[in-house]
This record gives sequence, C-alpha cells and structure tokens, in this order.
Amino acid sequence: MRGLAPGKVGASLRGIGISLIGFASLFVIWHVAATWLLNSVLFPTPWKVILKAIELAQDGTLWEQSSASLARIGLGFAGGSLLGIPLGLAIGSFPIVRRLLEPYTEFLRFIPATALITVAVIWFGIGEGAKIFLIIYTTIFIVIINTAAGVTAVAPNKIRAARSLGAGPLQVFFFVALPATVPYILTGMRLAMANSFVTIIAAELVAANNGLGRMIWDSRMYMLVDQIFVALLVLGMLGFTADRLFRWAIYAFAGRFSPVT
Amino acid sequence: MSLVELAGVSKVYRSLQGSDYTAVRDFSLDIPAGEFFCLLGTSGCGKTTVLNMVAGFEAVSTGTISVAGKPVTRPDADRGVVFQGDDSLYGWLTALGNIEFGLRMRGVARAERDHKARHYLELVGLTGQDHKHPSELSGGMKQRIQIARVLANEPQMLLMDEPFAALDAHTRADMQRELKRICKATGKTVLFITHDIDEAIILADRIGVMHAGPASKLKGTVAVTLADEERERTHDTFTAVYRQVHELIRDEVAISLKRAH
Repeated sequence: MRGLAPGKVGASLRGIGISLIGFASLFVIWHVAATWLLNSVLFPTPWKVILKAIELAQDGTLWEQSSASLARIGLGFAGGSLLGIPLGLAIGSFPIVRRLLEPYTEFLRFIPATALITVAVIWFGIGEGAKIFLIIYTTIFIVIINTAAGVTAVAPNKIRAARSLGAGPLQVFFFVALPATVPYILTGMRLAMANSFVTIIAAELVAANNGLGRMIWDSRMYMLVDQIFVALLVLGMLGFTADRLFRWAIYAFAGRFSPVT
Repeated sequence: MSLVELAGVSKVYRSLQGSDYTAVRDFSLDIPAGEFFCLLGTSGCGKTTVLNMVAGFEAVSTGTISVAGKPVTRPDADRGVVFQGDDSLYGWLTALGNIEFGLRMRGVARAERDHKARHYLELVGLTGQDHKHPSELSGGMKQRIQIARVLANEPQMLLMDEPFAALDAHTRADMQRELKRICKATGKTVLFITHDIDEAIILADRIGVMHAGPASKLKGTVAVTLADEERERTHDTFTAVYRQVHELIRDEVAISLKRAH
C-alpha cells in the first residue's frame, strides 16, 4: 500500500488552500469590476448571480437545462470515444490503415464542429440527433489522434522484450501496446471533454429546445443578463467538475497506467 | 557442442539516401553451452547489431546464426534479452507481474508461474518488492527485475546488452557480483555486450574483442580462467588479463576515435 506521509498530507492541504485562494480571487476581481469599474445592469455582481442561481435551482429550471446539456455531452462523448479508440489503435498499428484514414483525420479535424452545426441541423433536425452527432464529431478526432500517437510512442524495447519472452503478435497488441497506450487514450478523452463543452453550447445556441446554450440565448432576448451569468457560472463549474472527476477516475481506476497529465 | 553458432554473418543497412552501410562483415563465433561470453568493443563497432541478430530482432544480410542447432529467424522464448535501459519494463505491472510476464504469455498456470516468479524474485535479491511498480524502484532494482523476468522464463541463453551501463559505479559493481553468482547458480549460457574491460574480466569465461566499425568482425578472444577471488581490479592475475585484452583493443579505440572526428 502507498501510505501518505504526514508531509504529503500537509503539502496537498497547502495545494488545496492555494487553489481556493485562486478561486476566491476570481470572485473578488469579478465583484470589484462589477461594483466599481463598470457598475452596469449589463454586468451583474457575483452575489446577484448566486441569488439568481438559487432561484433558478429552486424552480427546477437550472437542473432541467444543465441535465439536458450534460446528457448530450455524455452520450456524444461516450460514442465518440468508443469509435475513436479502436480507430486510433488501428491507425497507430497498421501503416496501411493510417494511409487510408489520414485524409479523414487530417482533413476533417480542421473543420470545427461549430462549422457543421447548420449542416447537422439540416440532416438531423433540431432534435437530439444533431447535437449528439456534433459531440461525437468534436470528440472523435482528438481521441483518434492521441490514441494513434500513443501506439507509435510505445518503446520498441517493450515489444522486443515481449517477443523474446514468447509473446505472439496478438499478445503483444493486447498485453503490451494497448496498456502502454492507455495514458494517451485517457489524455485524448480529457481534451475531448473540454471540446464537448464548447460544441454543445454553440449547438444549443443555434438549435435546441433546452440546455444551457438555449438558456443563454433565451435570456438574451429578455435582457436577463444575470440569468446568462448563471448559465456561464454553471458551465464553468460543470466543466471543472467533469475534468476533476475524469482525472480522479484515471487515478482511481488506472493509476497504475500513470496518465500523462 | 556449441550452443550458439554464428558463421560468416554480415549486416548491411540501407540508408534513406540509398547508400549501404556495412555494420558487421564476416563475423564468426561459437559459444559453448554454459559459457559466459563477453563481446567487447568500442562504441559503433556493431556489437549491439550482433546481439540484435542473435536475438532475432534483426535479420542477417548474409551468413547463418543458429542456437542449439536451430536457425534463428525471429525472437523467441529460448533467448532471453536484458536491455540497457528500463524502457522494456511494463510500468503498469508490478515487479512480480513483470517477472511472470513470459510465463503468462506462454500459458503457464497461475499457481506455477507465481511460484516461479517468486523464486526468481528472491534469487535476484528483490524479496519483499513483489507488489511495487517499476517507477517505485531504483535503477539497480529495475535491472534486477529485467534479469529475473528473463530467468523466470527459463531460456536456453541470456543476451545482455550493456545492462549495467546506466547504473552508478557502486550499483554496477554490486550487480556484476550478483550476476556472476546467479549465472553460477543457474549455469546459463550468456552473451554479454560491454565496452568496459573491467566488467568483461569480472564476468566472462571468455572475452571476444571486436574491430572498430564499420564492417567489423571478431579480432581475437581471450580466455579468462581466473578464480572468483582473483576477479578484483587489484589482483596481479586480473591485471595480466587486462593487459592481454587491452593489447587487442587499444588500436581499435584509436581508430574509432579518429573516425568519430
């Protein structure tokens, strides 16, 4: 077992303390800017936003909009990862597959998901299909590229050692190349998660009946600036939490793969 | 009868520009079963190329290599390889997991491989480190895992490519003593690559000196018949062997230095 030395506990507590100061300063600067620098109804103070958030949480709106966005991110992210990982493994393992698929990855990854929103809506309508398609699209290339890079980064000596220990080509793949690539896959997924947050808001701004993006769009029409800020605050918090959960999951379930973070 | 036979082996590399580079030319060597053979040479003389061909990592351009009468065509479990660096270890497995890797690949039952792995873990002096991952172990300990991993697989011979070159002087001396002890206990045939004359004399039954590269081959061999207690740098008999080996390699060092400039 890896015990935590007292020094380590102290260091990590200090780390958390510094992070909290960082976050607090964000709110302090926000407050100062909103109260003294701008002092406008168009830039609410943090306190006003928090009150509004409590109000929206109590009537259920906040939960409804957040969960709508999160569900889309969750589905698209899972779908994109499930498709991207095997494709990335194949591209990294076989030069033929790389040649065949490079036009797709190298061409499409420069077309941002946001540029495809209108096309997605034309194809899938404004239902869930369009949004999930866009999240899959925004996830898949990062996961593919990181996974493929991970495969090619496996130290040749790891594979040579396995071969001289009696492993066949399939065993080399499943017991050496794959586990050695896991940290890269997880890093790709983590980056893709951040992309998903960007894409879902853009998609919901343009075409959705609910979700945080829709909430921002609707608030704009009624000049509910504090409500827009609630959505922004929630977005930041959800993204932060999702990223932390992901990192925590990596350490908890795959710590032995020592992720590249 | 010789366990390892290299007859007229050459290795030619083709560069991207299309010009040929002959690393090894007409290299012949017989290693009897149970012998500890040190292949000594200056840097760039092609000694690693020879080892890689015996391991089956690289194909010979001309000539033949056979181990126990069987021609070498690919890496296999009868030739265990210990690499210089630690990048051949599997970071996601524990020390024990690394040691039993070959047995697992070859379908040995769990109880038996656990038993064997623990036996060799003890033999290399890592008792109590079984659950640690390579990242938690020192350089010397990691080389011990590599040696145990190869021994647990019970190959016909060991191929060692400067396995102690990256260690500090004290750890290296310690590892040399340990390896000598282990080889005595197991009676393994060893092909050991080094550029260190002292190391060769401490370990070898016979030392082969290579010409400076390119197009290198064996210049001569020196039998080392020293008793264990004579294998100390201060011993007169040790110095006598040193002079013999040095006589062979001195000019090659000069040539290789000249070529490097």
